[in-house]
Amino acid sequence: MTEAAAAHGVRLAEEARAGSRRALARLLTEVERRSPAGEAALRLLYPLSGEAHLVGVTGAPGAGKSTLVAALIRAARATGRPVAVLAIDPSSPITGGAILGDRVRMQEHAGDTDVFIRSMAARGHLGGLATASVDAAAALAACGFPLVLIETVGTGQSEVEIAAVADTTLVVQSPEMGDEVQAIKAGLLEVADLVAVTKGDRPGADLAAAQLRAMLTVGAQHDRAAGDRPRPRRPEVVVVSGATGLGVADLLAALDRRSAAQRTEAGMAASRRARAAAQVDGIVAERIRERMADPARRAIREATIDAVATHALDPYDAADRLLREILP
Amino acid sequence: MSERPIRVLIAKPGLDGHDRGAKVLARGLRDEGFEVVYTGLRQTPEMVVSAALQEDVDVVGLSILSGAHLTLLPRIVALLREAGLGDVLVTAGGIIPPDDIPALREAGVAAVFGPGTAIGEVADFLRANVRDRSA
Ligand SMILES: Nc1nc2c(ncn2[C@@H]2O[C@H](COP(=O)(O)OP(=O)(O)OP(=O)(O)O)[C@@H](O)[C@H]2O)c(=O)[nH]1
Ligand SMILES: [Mg+2]
Repeated sequence: MTEAAAAHGVRLAEEARAGSRRALARLLTEVERRSPAGEAALRLLYPLSGEAHLVGVTGAPGAGKSTLVAALIRAARATGRPVAVLAIDPSSPITGGAILGDRVRMQEHAGDTDVFIRSMAARGHLGGLATASVDAAAALAACGFPLVLIETVGTGQSEVEIAAVADTTLVVQSPEMGDEVQAIKAGLLEVADLVAVTKGDRPGADLAAAQLRAMLTVGAQHDRAAGDRPRPRRPEVVVVSGATGLGVADLLAALDRRSAAQRTEAGMAASRRARAAAQVDGIVAERIRERMADPARRAIREATIDAVATHALDPYDAADRLLREILP
Repeated sequence: MSERPIRVLIAKPGLDGHDRGAKVLARGLRDEGFEVVYTGLRQTPEMVVSAALQEDVDVVGLSILSGAHLTLLPRIVALLREAGLGDVLVTAGGIIPPDDIPALREAGVAAVFGPGTAIGEVADFLRANVRDRSA
């Protein structure tokens, strides 16, 4: 890593810690790019981020996640606590572009310097989405935002990756017919620590909550271990409304109770260990890829792959050879 | 290390309630490989600047139909500079009389795109004009 880049990262980290939101924003960009500056900053910030409570907020498209996140911010701010949000939206697999639209529902908090909202595209992260978002959350936590809400759309892989590294996964469910089926199909309930039936200001929310509770009881005999850590056998189902604020203070209190319980857990909270594992594994993979990208090694890699393609070499031998190449 | 796509904030300052054009632009730029942060309708200059700062965007694209461009756009440029974001490219689109364009350029708006502008043209302009902000 170049010294100038490292110094830049350290400077950003120091300024961000001292309260510069612009430095924090720049820092998050470096972290997301997996740049040497971002790495230098994280080396400094990681030890200072131990108190973080990472809450994954997921649910079907349009379920009401962003509206609920905005309401949770309001509830937290009512007691003076700072809150950060990472809002993750899918990227186009073809162009790499993305529309990051969750902020629309959170703009009421734009003038508040104790609320920091950052949108992130899901794809193209070298160490994986989990590594990039956990690093971003660590940076936010070290800069005065111990509560980090991570919104992901529950349609595929992203929410599972985030659930694996979050302390708490909150699944948001809208009471409308059809959504329920979708939630089961997507396996969303598998990763739930808490379920919020939102749009509680509309008819049908209580019925939907009752149905969900019944469904979760049926499934309770299975061990739900999705995402590397055990989940509660029967996650609590609460009715809330992001629009009116109904039940939101109680939901925040439930999140806080989980956070407190995890802190006093004998030994280490399983979520912390899962997060550390995802981080270290992600960085190892990243380091291997970096070393492989060096021009001389790339040539060896190409030649080795050619040999496998023509069946002159088996892929296992090939992989061992490449590993010997990059390990000192 | 990876190069990130160009990040664009699209906002609609002012009081009019139409964001069809802004949404078409957002989708078009996504299809051109940009990361588009969309903030929606009725944004005050302060809200635009705070979002641009937190999102660390390279470009702020403002869509404006209300006729208030001569006050809102220079104000946003000034607030961006105040926030240390003078290196962010500011562009505008929507309904802006050609006679007003020189004053907007003078105020720091890098380009004004009329209603019929092709997305490809906007994308090319942004690629050619964003500043390297990584230092
Ligand atoms: N009545 C009512 N409508 C709501 C509530 N929460 C969200 N909505 C509406 O539901 C729609 C989707 O809300 P969002 O908060 O954007 O949902 P989301 O899950 O974040 O959506 P994506 O990020 O696009 O997947 C919007 O039209 C909201 O106005 C609520 O509590 N009550
Ligand atoms: Mg959303």
